[in-house]
Amino acid sequence: MINRQRLETFAEPFIEWMIRLCGISAIIFVFGIFFFVFREGADFFFHKLDLVEFFTSPEWYPTSVSHKRYGVLALIAGTASVTLLAMAIAVPFGLGAAIFVSEFCSPKLKEAFKIIIELLAAIPSVVWGFIGLTIMNELIIDLFKAPIGLTVLNGGIILALMSVPIIVSIGEDALKAVPDSYREAAEALGATRWQVVYRVLLPAAKNGLLAAVLLGVARAIGETMAVLMATGHAVKIPHSLLDSVRTLTATIAAELGEAPVHSEHYQVLFLIGVLLFSITFVVNLTADLIVKGIRQE
Amino acid sequence: MFSNSPLGKNIMALVCFALGVTIFVAGCGQKSEETSLSPSGKSVIQNSGSDTMVNLAQTWAEKYAEINPAASVEVSGGGSGTGIAALINGTVDIANCSRQMELEEMVRAKQNTGKEPQKFVVGYDALAVYVNKKNPLDQITIEQLAEIYGEGGKITRWSQLGSNNPACPNDEIIRVSRQSNSGTYHYFRESLLGKEKDFKLGSRDLHGSKDVVELVGRTPCAIGYSGMGYATERVKKLKISLEEGKPAYAPSLKTALDGTYPIARPLYMYTLGEPTGEIRKYLEWIYSDIGQAIVEENGYVPLPQEKRVMAKTN
Repeated sequence: MINRQRLETFAEPFIEWMIRLCGISAIIFVFGIFFFVFREGADFFFHKLDLVEFFTSPEWYPTSVSHKRYGVLALIAGTASVTLLAMAIAVPFGLGAAIFVSEFCSPKLKEAFKIIIELLAAIPSVVWGFIGLTIMNELIIDLFKAPIGLTVLNGGIILALMSVPIIVSIGEDALKAVPDSYREAAEALGATRWQVVYRVLLPAAKNGLLAAVLLGVARAIGETMAVLMATGHAVKIPHSLLDSVRTLTATIAAELGEAPVHSEHYQVLFLIGVLLFSITFVVNLTADLIVKGIRQE
Repeated sequence: MFSNSPLGKNIMALVCFALGVTIFVAGCGQKSEETSLSPSGKSVIQNSGSDTMVNLAQTWAEKYAEINPAASVEVSGGGSGTGIAALINGTVDIANCSRQMELEEMVRAKQNTGKEPQKFVVGYDALAVYVNKKNPLDQITIEQLAEIYGEGGKITRWSQLGSNNPACPNDEIIRVSRQSNSGTYHYFRESLLGKEKDFKLGSRDLHGSKDVVELVGRTPCAIGYSGMGYATERVKKLKISLEEGKPAYAPSLKTALDGTYPIARPLYMYTLGEPTGEIRKYLEWIYSDIGQAIVEENGYVPLPQEKRVMAKTN
């Protein structure tokens, strides 16, 4: 009896500390990663970088012999265009599928559906990229009479297919979390199934659905291999869906392996990493603020 | 901020993963001086670099394993720059390069490892210019290529080359290129434009020799460049002449060796210091007639008979 008490007096605070450490470690890791990524590029950032050129010039010539230029405008435009298109396709389809799976389909179909969607999420991104490079390329050339099929459209569709499973599974969880009493109450008031979904479930699951969409966005911004292969990887500000582009992530993936360590090029690539980090951070922050705003209403 | 959203969890998982990987990578970073021994007692030669040479290096490694079971060669690609970077860090025994090491890289390798990189020419590669099979064009000049690929160049349509490309209704030339650090990219840029000038922006910069040919084979409007060993039945190699009116030559063993084909280049292997032991045996075997026959089988140009002795070439 006494022994047990003694054990508890030691074990209890120890476990408490461990849990606290786990909590804090997330913050330490995030700042640690930011710090180390930034440190690789810091020298260039403080001494040579022309911020105006960096953000406003579309000219990306990191390995030119005579005149190196580091402008990432075209790369930002590439990431933005592909991500926007992907979301325009994936959000309606993903949320629609989530509503269908959680509210409208029979339990048997639901099981089958979930397995298939999870299978879709398990396809490696290189395989998606290869589909983009071969099948989708020829399809787009034939359908749109385009000179080349490696375009914003191609990358956007591939990315949408990759983010739909995430949006569906998280969206479905959010809808499932709405208590059945809500549905019963709505039906008791004589609401149709569509009214139940539209008036009751969507507002109740708003936070969860928003999180689902944002995880989809994060996936789309961060995806590398598939867009590297499907978008054509051309430094160009797109004017239509049938233009090739190059994204920030694909640039890092394609060039970092071969940039001499600590060279200017290497440092600029790390600064692009910092830029990506900041973009994701802003997306998260906005999401958090929106969620908080919704709660206060 | 991160703690109360599912995003936060996701980031945390990612961070933990990244940390795990970092620790793992740090653990296997450094390598000992000599070839390492695998658990089964074989000596392992690490070989990485040029994407152009990766198929060739792979075949060498496989054939060598049949002849000499005591050694095994591990080959990886990634590009000439990747191989050189690994050599500078001392993590590979042989780096494959489709370009020469820059002076700066030589100096850094010396500083880092204390050994002078040694260069060996192990074969030649003719850089073929590919177009789609359906394209009626069969020859092109270096000047025209410079106008197509170079910054400020004026040729953007197939009709400007004096040839209609019926498979490509809107006439635009789709330039297919390589990522800007590849040895092939550097060599092609230098052959067309000299040291100083750059390529036009907006080319599709693909990540491997094979991808270039693959894409050109599936895109009737495209033009691209890659090692001549990568040809498939969907593409066609153009004959190349130095300028308008001069004879044009197709890339082949003969034209590459006698210098009539204008864009042929040596393929290099670099070692740290004078190679010894298993590495030396391996290189000697590459220089033998068997090793050179494999060069030809892979679609590259073998060394002429008188150069098949292993001697460092710098």
